[in-house]
Amino acid sequence: MTGQIATANRLVDGAVVFRRADGGWGLRVEEAVVIADEAAAETLLAAAKRDAAAALVVEPYLVEVDAAGAPTSYRERIRAYGPSRAFHADVPTRHP
Amino acid sequence: MSLLKDGALAQDPWVAVADDAPLPEDGAPIVSLARWQRDRAALRARNGALGVRLPNAAPVAAIADDLDRLTLVALEFPKFNDGRAFSQARQLRERYRYTGELRATGQVLRDQLLFMTRCGFDAFEVAKGDPVSAWANALTDFTVFYQPTGDGRPTAAALRRAGG
Amino acid sequence: MYQYDTIDQTFVQQRVAQFRDQVSRRLAGELAEDEFKPLRLLNGLYLQLHAYMLRVAIPYGVLSARQLRALAHVARRYDRGYGHFTTRQNIQFNWIKLAEAPDALADLAAVGIHGIQTSGNTIRNVTTDELAGVAPDEIEDPRPWCELIRQWSTLHPEFSFLPRKFKIAVTGSPHDRAAVRVHDIGLRMHRNPAGEVGFEVLVGGGLGRTPLIGKTIKPFLPKRDLLSYLEAVLRTYNLAGRRDNIYKARIKILVHDIGADAMAERVEAEWAQLRDGALVVADADIARLAAAFAPAPYAPRSPRSEAVEHARLTDAAFGRWLKRNVFAHKVAGYAAVKLSLKPIDGPPGDATADQMDAVADLAERYGFGEIRVSHEQNLVLPDVALDDLPALWRALDALGLATPNIGLVSDIIACPGLDYCGLATARSIPVAQHLTRRFEDIARAHDIGKLHINISGCINACGHHHVGHIGLLGVDKNGAEHYQITLGGRADEHAALGKLLGPAVPYDGVVDAVERIVETYVRLRQDGEIFVDTVKRVGPTPFKEAVYVAA
Ligand code: SF4
Repeated sequence: MTGQIATANRLVDGAVVFRRADGGWGLRVEEAVVIADEAAAETLLAAAKRDAAAALVVEPYLVEVDAAGAPTSYRERIRAYGPSRAFHADVPTRHP
Repeated sequence: MSLLKDGALAQDPWVAVADDAPLPEDGAPIVSLARWQRDRAALRARNGALGVRLPNAAPVAAIADDLDRLTLVALEFPKFNDGRAFSQARQLRERYRYTGELRATGQVLRDQLLFMTRCGFDAFEVAKGDPVSAWANALTDFTVFYQPTGDGRPTAAALRRAGG
Repeated sequence: MYQYDTIDQTFVQQRVAQFRDQVSRRLAGELAEDEFKPLRLLNGLYLQLHAYMLRVAIPYGVLSARQLRALAHVARRYDRGYGHFTTRQNIQFNWIKLAEAPDALADLAAVGIHGIQTSGNTIRNVTTDELAGVAPDEIEDPRPWCELIRQWSTLHPEFSFLPRKFKIAVTGSPHDRAAVRVHDIGLRMHRNPAGEVGFEVLVGGGLGRTPLIGKTIKPFLPKRDLLSYLEAVLRTYNLAGRRDNIYKARIKILVHDIGADAMAERVEAEWAQLRDGALVVADADIARLAAAFAPAPYAPRSPRSEAVEHARLTDAAFGRWLKRNVFAHKVAGYAAVKLSLKPIDGPPGDATADQMDAVADLAERYGFGEIRVSHEQNLVLPDVALDDLPALWRALDALGLATPNIGLVSDIIACPGLDYCGLATARSIPVAQHLTRRFEDIARAHDIGKLHINISGCINACGHHHVGHIGLLGVDKNGAEHYQITLGGRADEHAALGKLLGPAVPYDGVVDAVERIVETYVRLRQDGEIFVDTVKRVGPTPFKEAVYVAA
């Protein structure tokens, strides 16, 4: 079973964020609200776009996730979990 | 659309005339390059001000012989990032010594105003919105210029030479 | 080196003030993203996968110790403690916050550096030979001319909205270390039969989706005419370059479509109107710039150093470093030293803030406070006294900057790839890391000899894979990372584009494939032949067999 989540970058610092069920944006993909049907996904995206228009986030879009809530594409996993390896001491990487 | 001239919003005395529309008896018409080329003799013989709108794909040479008769040339920015008219403007001013009004039309952004001015534009059709003061400020962001463009502003190199 | 005067300083501070205003309008919601994006890009601020990325221009790759410390400060204060040097002699910071970007730029402006025109359809940072001014084979120091071009191109009002980005490279040496044949404009200084120095002008080179080698449109351009001629080329391109298709908008497509002769004619016609105008290079202006790059106060020294000879004989590791990382200098008793940013298992081109600070100190202790950035993503100390080499080597070794692999198989050029870059289709850095581990044995790497591996994470070719002796291009095959392999490319005065070897290989197979290619070379090479020459002599078949049949 796959679902969809909404992601964007936070305007003020560019951090990767995921839209939560409470309408806020969280820094961890695990916080994202997962939507199973298309109509609800459109509603989620529309809400995310309102946040973009309100200068909270930048360029929101939907991402497919697997049953465990992990993004299915490699690109989105790197966005969600950080660079694929800890290139430097301070680089966040937490690939499952 | 508003017309920005000499740092202020101005009344626009010019009217754009479609290719198949009759020319107004008086007033100042702007015609397309195509119409200008079609009706050149008749247009030149008219009394009063005349303007031509030059597409940004057309060579400036197409109107070079008529610049003595033209009081306005309108150049086009179909999108802000289509910068061909910057080159056309400099060719008109610096090569052909055109001294009439040089008008920027299309998507004219405040953050481009200084570039346009430096290339020789002196009139701007701008979308309503930003206050005039913001446009005026856009011209004062910089006091240092590295290129000679014929706009009379001294270049950094010229200042250094003068300063010894 | 060139120091900003009050005029330059005023300019760069005005630029920061302008950007600070734009950022605050954006944060306040007065500017929408589509309005703001072109403005931030014109200051080198991208939005990448994880955060904003700030690209800072290092003009023609020359830095003062003070400037390098400012870069370290930005890495530490506004980023995560490191920066990435690129193939265009720029540095990128990967974790910048929009709200702090104006502060970071203000701190850089204080030492005369900025992010202007490191993005957008503008004239980009002009690049040159990292050994400019010190290379023994040099005809003339290209840096004064680079600085002249830098100033002329900075916020050029006519050329800030070109059809596409525009890159200029200059070499003052017959041995081309600036890859001028794969730039939009390449300028090669040379001497005409009358003994005067001028520029050969090449246009229309470039990599990316349509790699092409530049064509000569002016065999000899007098120096006084440099700017008027560049303006003629840029104007011709600005008016005639395609704008209907982003993939066909570079000047190389125009040159390719109309032919180099027609391009030369058009430029010549435009230039005829410009050449005796305001852009004639005044003797006083270029003299002022040349004075800024006057030779350092070198001390008279013996061309032979006992300290070096002793260390070479007693320490094999020093000997290897001396052989690979130390380069001849035009002044007797001095050398140029390349600092490898390619440690085994490291991300190519990255330097930590602590390393940058330490290198700045070393540049002052063992030189005249100057550092260069090479397009191979390494650093250079250009003016080291031979007698200081052993001490410098120990200091660099302690910093992890003395890997003796310059020009070798582990000196890999790689773009950030999918680990950072929003445009990427595959990772670059981990591939480079795996390769450096596979070729970790430094004696083996020295035996293999000169071999450039270049990796790009997508068709944009920031890793210059087309001109790598071995090029790897990341592609996507059914959602999995694969790599196309090209062989035989080179970026020097014999510039050539690599040829595709066969089907792309998967991420897990790419290191084995490269190793088989290298082993095939070792088996087939003849005396003293470097990799790329063997490829040229024997053709692709044995390499194909090694990769695809053996696999
Ligand atoms: S080559 Fe592609 S992946 Fe690599 S840095 Fe350039 S755009 Fe990004």
